Amino acid sequence: MTERAIDSDQTGRIRVIAAGPQSLVQDGGRTGFQKLGVSVSGAADMDALNIGNRLVGNDPYDAAVEILLGGAEFEFETAATFALTGAETGATLDGVPLVSNVSYSAHTAARLVLEMPIPGQGLRTYLAVAGGIKTPPILGSRSTHVASEIGGVGGRALEPGDVLKIGEILVPAVSGKMFNSGDSSANDSELPAVNVRVVLGPQDDEFSAAGIRTFLDSTYAVTDQSNRQGLRLDGPVIESRTGSYDIVSDAVVNGSVQVPGDGKPIVLLADRQPTGGYAKIATVITVDLPKLGQTAPGTKITFAPISVEESQQLLRDRSNRLLKPELGQAVDTFSVQVDDLHVSIGVTEDEVGRRDLITRIARINDVAYPISAVKYTPAE
Amino acid sequence: MTEQAPAADQNVEYPRILAVGDSALLIEFGSEIDPGVNSRVYALAGQIEASHNAAVVELVPTYRSLLVNYNPLVSDYREMSRFLDEAVAGANEIPVSAAQPNVIELPVVYGGEDGPDLETVAEHAGLSTREVIEIHSGTDYRVYMLGFAPGFPYLGGLDPRIACPRLKTPRTKVPAGSVGIAESQTGVYPNASPGGWQLIGRTAVKLFDHGLAIANTSPSLITPGSEVRFVPVDNHD
Repeated sequence: MTERAIDSDQTGRIRVIAAGPQSLVQDGGRTGFQKLGVSVSGAADMDALNIGNRLVGNDPYDAAVEILLGGAEFEFETAATFALTGAETGATLDGVPLVSNVSYSAHTAARLVLEMPIPGQGLRTYLAVAGGIKTPPILGSRSTHVASEIGGVGGRALEPGDVLKIGEILVPAVSGKMFNSGDSSANDSELPAVNVRVVLGPQDDEFSAAGIRTFLDSTYAVTDQSNRQGLRLDGPVIESRTGSYDIVSDAVVNGSVQVPGDGKPIVLLADRQPTGGYAKIATVITVDLPKLGQTAPGTKITFAPISVEESQQLLRDRSNRLLKPELGQAVDTFSVQVDDLHVSIGVTEDEVGRRDLITRIARINDVAYPISAVKYTPAE
Repeated sequence: MTEQAPAADQNVEYPRILAVGDSALLIEFGSEIDPGVNSRVYALAGQIEASHNAAVVELVPTYRSLLVNYNPLVSDYREMSRFLDEAVAGANEIPVSAAQPNVIELPVVYGGEDGPDLETVAEHAGLSTREVIEIHSGTDYRVYMLGFAPGFPYLGGLDPRIACPRLKTPRTKVPAGSVGIAESQTGVYPNASPGGWQLIGRTAVKLFDHGLAIANTSPSLITPGSEVRFVPVDNHD
């Protein structure tokens, strides 16, 4: 792909027509200000954010729209290249079905509609757009933290009528790119129990040996008291060593498993406050956090211990798997050259070869649009 | 937000370095709220900042510990542990500063609409509201840490005579600048938020403004290591 000169008016806009239960601008998160009490926030499924941004040629941590439980609609006020990642929602562009993990082109005034996610396929879908969503950065990030009214559009969830600016496109014509959806964390949540790996501590010594066994041997259920701040779990009570679960408040991280006075664990996630006063029995490893960002209430969770060294190896593997490899290209099954116009038609095919994960694409001079196609049999 | 720790484990030797998952390490200097322990936390934070270690993402100092968030793709667990061992040893060489801390004066209107719980606190203490105001404004409070919400200070040194339990039912909206008491803590809400502290007054000073970061100034007026002094005033002019 060659870099072309970019017109200065190539920055675009997306209008929110419907925002569903909650749509938020999220990026890699707001680091550097936790010592002043500012939450990090950021995408709940960082894998999906990274993949979406890569598909449209952005930095992996650029801002995208995180859409909870679908039900959202957007209008492209200017032509744009976009991709949907995370939870599969049966999305359409001007009525043409789309699949996750493929980049498409949308012409001016095209309407993107997201239905409800398929049950067991995750909660959060990400809309990444070439150039990135350019709401005003606050303290170095565009991530929305609703509780402290920081980031996104006015520190709140998106509302119908909001217009999101799209940044300048640095690498044009990236539509028709594909990412192997087998690597998407949204898929794991359909398993009977989500297995989450943890590094024990930092305050595992506040718990009795029996308490730690309870934590590692039991199955916990995600309650409906769960959100971007954390997953409140229900299940067997974890015994503390002294009868108290309180410590002098100290710092927490994404994935901290704290145990409050009722003995039932809470896994802290992106929107957590920077500090907390409950003992933390364990810490979920970074590569397993995206699946927690996709787990619905009722989902069963089990915890398995792992060493710091192993978890860091998994993180290096993730980086090689998600951030480095070349992206696939939609398959061209038919192509014609008309003067200087190159037109090809094909289907996307991921490596798993799942028939429900394909989309038909028409590519005109390297710009890929989703198309509807019906089987045509010429009359004899 | 818990103030009292369980009885300290006598077998633990401080400082100690603990793994917090795959991307952070925690250095604990003690298990209690103590100005000397807290000074050690900030001495180490200064030492690490001065090292400009490229793997360090963010430091979060608290009452008794320092959380070091790092990028394991830049430096792994073993390497970071070694780096922190050396930094802890180096920080121990630094005498805990006897320099006068920066004192931030906050004018506060006590009682009335600004402090709807002043009389509750006075009743609980068996004192007059005037005495509660005198006691509360008569001390400089050490800022041990910030947390809970942007710019929210955890202050130490509340006179035990005016300690008071939290509200049974938290308010859904506490006005920005409200000064409160909860158990043996006092603090001030930088922004409107839900909260369960007993509100005794309010300051009109803006405590947190993320716009300030653009001018390369701290977005939080109150910074860790400084001290806060509440100055009683009759009105917000």
